[in-house]
Amino acid sequence: MRLRHLLILVLVLSVIGTGFFVFKWQVLGFPLSADRDADTWTVEARVAFSRSTAGPVKASFGLPTEPPGFRIFDEQFISRGYGLALEGEGESRRAVWSLRRARGEQALYYRVTLFRDRGHQPERPVPRFPPVPQLEEPRASALDELVTRVRQESADIATFAAGAIRVAQGTEGGVRLFTGARPDAAAQADLVIKILHSARIPAQVIQALRLADDRRDAELEFWIMVHNGSEWVYFDPRDGRRGLPANMLVWSWSGEPVLEVEGARSPRASFSMRYTIEDALRVAEFRAQRDYPRIIDFSLLNLPLDTQSLYSILLLVPLGAFLVVLLRNVVGISTFGTFMPVLVAMAFRETQLLNGIVLFVLIIAAGLSIRFYLERLRLLLVPRLAAVLTVVVLLMALVSIVTHRLGIEVGLSVALFPMVIIAMTIERMSILWEERGPAEAIKEGIGTLVAAAVIYLVMIMPAVRYFLLVFPETLLVVLAAILLLGRYTGYRLTELLRFRALAGGDK
Amino acid sequence: MIRRRWRALQAAGVMGINRRNADYIMPLNPRRNFPIVDNKLLTKERAILHGVPVPELYGHLSTPHEIRELAGMIADKPGFVVKPAHGSQGDGILVVMEQRKGRYRTSGGRLLDADDMEHHITNALSGQFSLGGLPDQVMLEYRVRFDPVFEEVSFQGVPDLRIIVYRGFPIMSMVRLPTRQSDGKANLHQGAMGAGIDIATGLTRPAVAAGNIVLDEHPDTGARISGRTIPHWKEALHMAARCYELAGLGYLGVDIVLDAERGPLLLELNARPGLNVQIANGDGLRRRTEAFDPLAERSHTPLERVALARDLARRGFRADHAA
Repeated sequence: MRLRHLLILVLVLSVIGTGFFVFKWQVLGFPLSADRDADTWTVEARVAFSRSTAGPVKASFGLPTEPPGFRIFDEQFISRGYGLALEGEGESRRAVWSLRRARGEQALYYRVTLFRDRGHQPERPVPRFPPVPQLEEPRASALDELVTRVRQESADIATFAAGAIRVAQGTEGGVRLFTGARPDAAAQADLVIKILHSARIPAQVIQALRLADDRRDAELEFWIMVHNGSEWVYFDPRDGRRGLPANMLVWSWSGEPVLEVEGARSPRASFSMRYTIEDALRVAEFRAQRDYPRIIDFSLLNLPLDTQSLYSILLLVPLGAFLVVLLRNVVGISTFGTFMPVLVAMAFRETQLLNGIVLFVLIIAAGLSIRFYLERLRLLLVPRLAAVLTVVVLLMALVSIVTHRLGIEVGLSVALFPMVIIAMTIERMSILWEERGPAEAIKEGIGTLVAAAVIYLVMIMPAVRYFLLVFPETLLVVLAAILLLGRYTGYRLTELLRFRALAGGDK
Repeated sequence: MIRRRWRALQAAGVMGINRRNADYIMPLNPRRNFPIVDNKLLTKERAILHGVPVPELYGHLSTPHEIRELAGMIADKPGFVVKPAHGSQGDGILVVMEQRKGRYRTSGGRLLDADDMEHHITNALSGQFSLGGLPDQVMLEYRVRFDPVFEEVSFQGVPDLRIIVYRGFPIMSMVRLPTRQSDGKANLHQGAMGAGIDIATGLTRPAVAAGNIVLDEHPDTGARISGRTIPHWKEALHMAARCYELAGLGYLGVDIVLDAERGPLLLELNARPGLNVQIANGDGLRRRTEAFDPLAERSHTPLERVALARDLARRGFRADHAA
């Protein structure tokens, strides 16, 4: 009964802990390790138009939605007195700026910050078969003729699409009928779509931006997107090459003009962009702040920096405690005081392992000899403890001064040892020494050092420290494990050795 | 290798510390009864109330200035024992063999003057030997003149019997023999030897030292350890069984000394008895507790429990099916 209660509690804690962790990792995109950077792009779209006389203007500008390989985490509009409305949803998302009286050159800005996430490939709906374009003569038969040509030179949908692109770039009469005397990319792309649709292949024109650092005055490029029966495939309409390069940012999922302006002349949308490397964690935080402000309000990452660095250490304590439980109750190492090894391990963080062990042994040994000397003076318990404490502090100072003189810097960090703890250890060790003999005292001393070293080695892993700060909810899982170990009734590993005489007969 | 050893220990019914704490001490020993065993003054009081013989208490000290009364308490006693009321594992116990002209000779042969004695008592009073370092009391009691049966298998000090009492039944026992290494103390941690005792017959088995080595010879005297009959064995078992009612603890270690004149005396009780008794007996505690569980369902008088336990011991602690 009690066991079931415990198991349920353990289960609930683990589920909450892992649930939160998975949510932050998968949904909010918190990176699992500290060294991950996010390629971040800031793209600024400049929407310009002019009007010579004052009058109403309405500019509608297509906004990027779910570009494959990227995640949007921030958007800003610089509207300069214009009213701004966001219209449409999903792929037809548009910003509509309007002003009753506008005059002269006008420029509005839309700034979007994206970061590269190659794994982010939003599913696009599977299209229905497109209707065959209904055209008038002579364009109908010209198109028929082009389709036949492409079909003869192709084996499957991909090669058909590539063939259509090649044909659309031709200059013969049949093609000119569609692309005009001076062929532009839009018309060529349109012809490609017509050819593909005549073969009842789902295809559409999209517009994408080629990202390059510090590029200015960039314009959108037309790309062709073809559904090959199982997935969408992208083609460059200029050379028929397949696949969307990693630096292409899909801005619009249609061939329609991105910018439509009513009441003004010479509309133009131009783009400039900048590349930055952001800490992946910051990016995730940013997104979380926007999408789930409640959750991120309770994040440790919102605390002031010095508090954060304090917590990055404090959060290691439960982990250290868990390791102590493991070392004592499962392995069976005996240590001074229950959580002394955790404190010593914390001190090792400052001194490094080897120096830490040497200093620790040095101070304990020196303190112990002082303690044995004080024993002869017949002091009462509390004054004796205070005397040992004072001597410990003086010893620390001495070690620091001597090592500094010798030009060794590590000695200075000795001051970080928890001195009260050390004084108590010396007292306990000396009693143990007298009552149970040096062997027992040294055994426990070594046990403490071994446990501290193990805990220290786990604590200094940067990944561990980062992980606990970013995902403190995993401590719930640690708590669950500690609770579970609280009912561990199996043998300790050292007991397997201790009771070996009893195992002999039952082989 | 680890798994095989694990299985072998499990098959032998060996109890580990985790098991003892979680499945025996926690459910069977209610916390509120711990003071009865942790405070030896209280143990003595309760024992007298229940008619369990104990070493006579000469007096106790609670504050340093009471040390002046020490001389009066022990004036006409040649030997005595100084014992912190909350001492654990024999820490802080001072056995005085004789006093002469204000000087005290200990069991270890050291000679203490009044100053040394005062320092020891003050340390004990300020909690040096107690769990958690809390201020303590010091008892002065009768020094046991131990039964000559152990004379040739102990080095100084007082050998004592440890009987594990499970739900009132004495289930396992050993005699702890002081060695030179243990400084005359009957504590396995300090190097004393433990020799298992057959519950049914009171005969000793070959002893096991703290280092887990099985040997049948006392390292200091060279005498054989096994095959000795513990005198007053039935009486000792009966005393141990009565301690169940006395302390109200279902898993108990009872320490008994055998005095040459007064017979078995209750020395102290332990709510967290150690596990080395298993090595001394070459048998697992769990195996035995499981055999007693069906018997413990009904209530018995201490005498009945001793009889049942000896009966079960005669059958090798195999419950009914093997009988």
